[in-house]
Amino acid sequence: MTKTPRHGFTGPSRPSGLTRRGFLARSGLIGCSLAASPLLTPVSFAAAPWDSRLVVIILRGGMDAIDVVQPYGDPAYAGLRSSLRGGPQNGGLDLDGYFSLHPGLAPLMPLWRAEQLGFIHAVSTPYRDKRSHFDGQDLLEAGTPGLHQRRDGWLNRLLQITPGVEARTAFAIGQGEMKLLQGAAPVSDWSPDAEMALSPQAERLAGLMMEQDPLFHAALAEALDLADSAPMDADGAGSAEATGSMGQAKARSRPHQRIASYAAQQLRGDSRIAAFSINGWDTHNRQTGALTRALGRLSDTILTLYRDLGPGIWDKTAVVAMTEFGRTVRENGTSGTDHGTGGAMVLAGGAIRGGRVHGLWPGLEEAALFDRRDLMPTGDVRAHMGWIMRGMIGTDAQQIADVVFPGVELGADPGVLRR
Amino acid sequence: MRFDGELAEIRFGCGLSPLHAPAAGPERLLADLQAPDHAAQTWSIPGFDAALADARAYSAARRARKAAAGSPDFEMRDRDLKHQRAQMRDHQADWFVRRLLRCVTTPHGFRERLALFWADHFTAQGKIAALRYAATPYVETSIRPHIAARFEDLLIAAVTSPLMLHYLDQHRSTGPNSRRAKRVAQRQGRVVGLNENLAREVLELHTLGVGGPYTQQDVRQLAELFTGMIYDTTEGFKFAPGWAEPGAETLLGKRYDAEVTGLAAIKQALRDLARHPATADHLAHKLAVHFTRDTPDPALVAHLAARYRATSGDLTQVYAALLEHPAAWQPDLENVKPPFAYLASACRALALPAAALTGLSRAQVNRFFLRPMQRMGQRWEVSNGPDGWPEGDATWITPQALAERLRWCMSVPTQVMVQGAGPLPAPLQLLRSALGGRETAQLRFVATAAETEREAIGLILASPAFQRR
Repeated sequence: MTKTPRHGFTGPSRPSGLTRRGFLARSGLIGCSLAASPLLTPVSFAAAPWDSRLVVIILRGGMDAIDVVQPYGDPAYAGLRSSLRGGPQNGGLDLDGYFSLHPGLAPLMPLWRAEQLGFIHAVSTPYRDKRSHFDGQDLLEAGTPGLHQRRDGWLNRLLQITPGVEARTAFAIGQGEMKLLQGAAPVSDWSPDAEMALSPQAERLAGLMMEQDPLFHAALAEALDLADSAPMDADGAGSAEATGSMGQAKARSRPHQRIASYAAQQLRGDSRIAAFSINGWDTHNRQTGALTRALGRLSDTILTLYRDLGPGIWDKTAVVAMTEFGRTVRENGTSGTDHGTGGAMVLAGGAIRGGRVHGLWPGLEEAALFDRRDLMPTGDVRAHMGWIMRGMIGTDAQQIADVVFPGVELGADPGVLRR
Repeated sequence: MRFDGELAEIRFGCGLSPLHAPAAGPERLLADLQAPDHAAQTWSIPGFDAALADARAYSAARRARKAAAGSPDFEMRDRDLKHQRAQMRDHQADWFVRRLLRCVTTPHGFRERLALFWADHFTAQGKIAALRYAATPYVETSIRPHIAARFEDLLIAAVTSPLMLHYLDQHRSTGPNSRRAKRVAQRQGRVVGLNENLAREVLELHTLGVGGPYTQQDVRQLAELFTGMIYDTTEGFKFAPGWAEPGAETLLGKRYDAEVTGLAAIKQALRDLARHPATADHLAHKLAVHFTRDTPDPALVAHLAARYRATSGDLTQVYAALLEHPAAWQPDLENVKPPFAYLASACRALALPAAALTGLSRAQVNRFFLRPMQRMGQRWEVSNGPDGWPEGDATWITPQALAERLRWCMSVPTQVMVQGAGPLPAPLQLLRSALGGRETAQLRFVATAAETEREAIGLILASPAFQRR
């Protein structure tokens, strides 16, 4: 195909009075909202409203808490699991003489010994009985007592009641949907895998074209803004000229590590909250391999945050990983586990009081189980998260109970943060 | 209702094409569903037997390599396995292009849309290397032939497919009191038993819906009823009575005696679930969301559900109800095209010649389509779970996904046409074929104000008017 250079446009349907040159000269006048958007105006950041860092990781698929933090000291444990039996005699890493850790998290043992890794066992959201991933995740991210009560997420509501919040304060990272950050407060979302190469003219025309469509307009403005600030390695920075304003680093590590790395980079700057998810916890069948791989992704992620945040920031960071529900206490017929209720939260960071398994262990006797099949939840994920936000950000307890997690029983401070 | 042919192609079909006149009326759309499946004949894709053949060849190659470990033959066996893997990837790329071409070239876009809709409703994916590329042959065998039948026929075809049994772990689920469970306990000292994954998803996703009137006990009973459904890569689907839980099961208050009737009891339970009023509501809502907007008109949903109930789930009748309702013809475009539909409709508006697409190497298919789709949030044949792809517009138009759509439409059409060695349409001509009567003065301005023809074409395809349907 031969390329004909086109310097001018002579098409008959050009709106009268609008030429490309004229458009460029007057682009600030064509639409006020366009000119006011980050598309044309650099954004400046106010001082961050608080100084601690919070990373929320949603473990999608229902993590089997009993296989991750193995209650080998519970007399009923051995009878419930055959191929999934942990404990120090089966490769589990002893934590405290009662619980042992799945070997998939072995790389995190130094953090455990430094008391910067901890767990909260036997917790759940208020979601009961039906055990659907999708409803379970919706409820986890809405943070309400029941389904379909709010359309926004609890992390967004936290931002709504915190003064001084800007779009860069909180980030949803990666390609999955993060409902917990959706809502009225401004947040940023970006995937380190996204890339774009537009000429300045095409950027402006795209902006003009999308101006009337709020969904597209907002996404484009944020994309252009974020792409400008995306991390670049040495090569990426050099080629930025050549690829327009959108040059970006070539990613070499695995996706979850890139996401963690991008989160750390933002958190070293003005951002205070990052949220993303790690999938792959739905282990109905042959759980050992699948769980080991998922835990490998989780431990890589935590270690990438640890490394890239650096000691100064890591010390004031809480990483909180949570899942929509736990799994059945009994192993099923296919060396896996089915959807259950009580689960666990994984905590890491210098702000965490680690080196211990928090929570009230209900026991695995059949009468102690939920529905005679699931780990009985003795704590509410929302209450623990509420206390973490209280301690990290200073959010008022009453506001947590009224706005962030409406109706939650906060109870006494369970003390999962270092004081 | 006022029928609008262009809107019919955009909303219910694969988008406008300069090569096909828009549909003449709703009767035509429905009649086309009964006509021979020309798109499938022209761009043929083998059925599930081909996927099983690939799986057998892969497993054999892997076994041979394992057996050769440490021997001089190992390198050769290793090459065989890699060759087999490459061949399967070639198949996947070829089948992808054929599915794309069906959407690009067909005069019957509604059929393609329905095939995609139901394939998504019954999402199934290979979880092991041997079945990794089996999703498209599964759709060809278990979904596409049944999209204008009764829903119960579609349900049974999907649920008894080896790929569905594999994906939702049914092929290992064993009745705790079955002959197999006793034998395994006796000979191997191992306990085998139920896996409730498929039973749960059939109730929650495929039929009654997550808010539906069932309990954990129903999930358990259906899981027991389902035992016995397995497959192997030689014969495909099998009912193995030795795996089945003996005795009757009670599902939603009705008893099914699997011991006496085996697979027939399972099929009866599926038919009953398909005809359940809650299934009518669930499917009516899904169809209305898919074809109109994220929050559909309740009157439209009620109309579809009523027709579903009145016809015991005759899908063609349900589609007729959809096409006759005024809410289906609301002129503003709401839904955002998901990535595959978006790329296909762009190729269709550009009238890319088939040779430009069939001539692509596997690496090019990856570079031009599969990797961009993944960055747009839709990894081909790998959704996040058995609930398939989300419908919410905001899911697809995130900053990073929109960035990728822009990057794609600014660069890939030109590159594919260099492959196909033809010229791209002039921007204003593309504007007409892509948007028809929906072109605006502003879009004409954008199309002419771009600095290069490549960007002008990209901008037209990036316009919200083109990205919605």
